[in-house]
Amino acid sequence: MSPRIGIVVFPGTNCELDIAWAVEHLGGISEMLWHGDATVRDVDAVVVPGGFAHGDYLRTGAIARFSPVMQAVASFAADGAPVVGICNGFQVLCEAHLLPGALQKNAGLKFLCETTELRVETASTPLTSEARVGDLLRIPINHFEGNYVCDDATLARLRADDRVVVRYANNPNGSLDDIAGICSEARNVVGLMPHPERASDALLGSADGVVLLRSLLAAAGARVPA
Amino acid sequence: MPQFAANVEVTHLPGIADPAGATVERALPALGYANVSQVHIGKTIRLVVEADDAAHARSEVDEMCKRLLANPVIEAYSIVIEALDPSQ
Repeated sequence: MSPRIGIVVFPGTNCELDIAWAVEHLGGISEMLWHGDATVRDVDAVVVPGGFAHGDYLRTGAIARFSPVMQAVASFAADGAPVVGICNGFQVLCEAHLLPGALQKNAGLKFLCETTELRVETASTPLTSEARVGDLLRIPINHFEGNYVCDDATLARLRADDRVVVRYANNPNGSLDDIAGICSEARNVVGLMPHPERASDALLGSADGVVLLRSLLAAAGARVPA
Repeated sequence: MPQFAANVEVTHLPGIADPAGATVERALPALGYANVSQVHIGKTIRLVVEADDAAHARSEVDEMCKRLLANPVIEAYSIVIEALDPSQ
């Protein structure tokens, strides 16, 4: 059976259809999860997509973490299930304390919408299992607050535990240690600023995001009851 | 129960980018204010809280700051508590 990917939709989310298209294109089933429903239903993985959840009022992701669905996402993550936050979704997962640190405004003080080159730093996450360490992927970013920051102790732990998932080859936004994405201690929660779904077909200019989404579908597929 | 007005000021921690402040700092000299530096733009959050006394009001607002109003990874905050006159 095809894996079911739940896509969280907050008011202000705007990348849910792109993820759904990419998931289905790769043979998965997509299912929207409305933020007001405190359940992830029977999905095998959850994606928190990009956008401006709750208008990003107060701070990016700050209000979203109080949406009923986030309790369910937190239990799902605690259960070891794959959860991936992309762009605004990464910010939401940080605010929800499912990932450490925060995303501050870009160092160049500009909104950035461009293709970046990412280096895969670990293959042991649900988003990179089918990639190889050292792979260079061309994947777009589209953000104003993508400048990853955390305290020194957290950074030391992320490095020691091999939890930096992808780094920018040419740091576009000032992110600490060129970090573009990280994973949780248990490795099943991944957050990244670049949008793999926007690099999911050659027609979009790059299909380098496919290896990441394929990895996610494989991780989700491993949870489908036989 | 007595009411207290809380004035919460949220600012960026040192070293955290403040593009709005930086932009205003660049704009002021254009108006002839060449003597301005260190412009910071933060947020003010005002709220009224019911509590037994000012100390309780403060500790509750402090908790709100830690849990929602500020993100301690990138922001600092300060709180001013003022008793509201019940006769007004």
